[in-house]
Amino acid sequence: MSTNKICVVVVSGTLERLQMAAMVASVAAVSGQDVLVFLSMNALTYFVKGNTTKAPHEGEMGVLIASHKVPEFKTLFEQAVELGDAKIFPCSMAMDILGVEQDGLEKYLEKATGLTKFLHDATDGQIWTF
Amino acid sequence: MAERKIVDGRGSFCPGPLMELIVALKSSQIGDELEVLSTDKGSVNDIPEWLNKVGHAYISTTEAEGVWHIALRKSK
Repeated sequence: MSTNKICVVVVSGTLERLQMAAMVASVAAVSGQDVLVFLSMNALTYFVKGNTTKAPHEGEMGVLIASHKVPEFKTLFEQAVELGDAKIFPCSMAMDILGVEQDGLEKYLEKATGLTKFLHDATDGQIWTF
Repeated sequence: MAERKIVDGRGSFCPGPLMELIVALKSSQIGDELEVLSTDKGSVNDIPEWLNKVGHAYISTTEAEGVWHIALRKSK
């Protein structure tokens, strides 16, 4: 069955995975696909307002990315929303653990969402996990 | 014919030039011609593919001194 919906689950806090997730989400969104992104675990911390921590790299590629003019993953996620109508959902459980409220997250994120709701919304889409 | 609007994506890597093109398309009119400058080889294949998928007219790709020039027309 073909589907036009792509669901991107991002849990990793490493540069390579965040970058790839952002590339998939942004390119799919601007190509007319419905894109839902779920941010949880270590990935969510980068979307807390004021967090300027650089994502650590896993290997050589991450080092090279950091030294080349590659669009930043947060910029790509924001462009996925602004240019392609992607929806990015912060995981409510991760927010509880971090002790962060909705207004403490980047403004282009949707309202906090639980895994049950996200999985329900994802039933008729592809799921990509990073 | 009006001059082509130049989208300078030189030095940026995938999907940077494509994103810059999409931003430029937002502020263009149907029928306008744009030309993306890119030094990223991947974008040379990806941008025509994207144009075909979303329904804008691809005109041509030329290369000069390590810079690719991808010309297109906004169609919708």
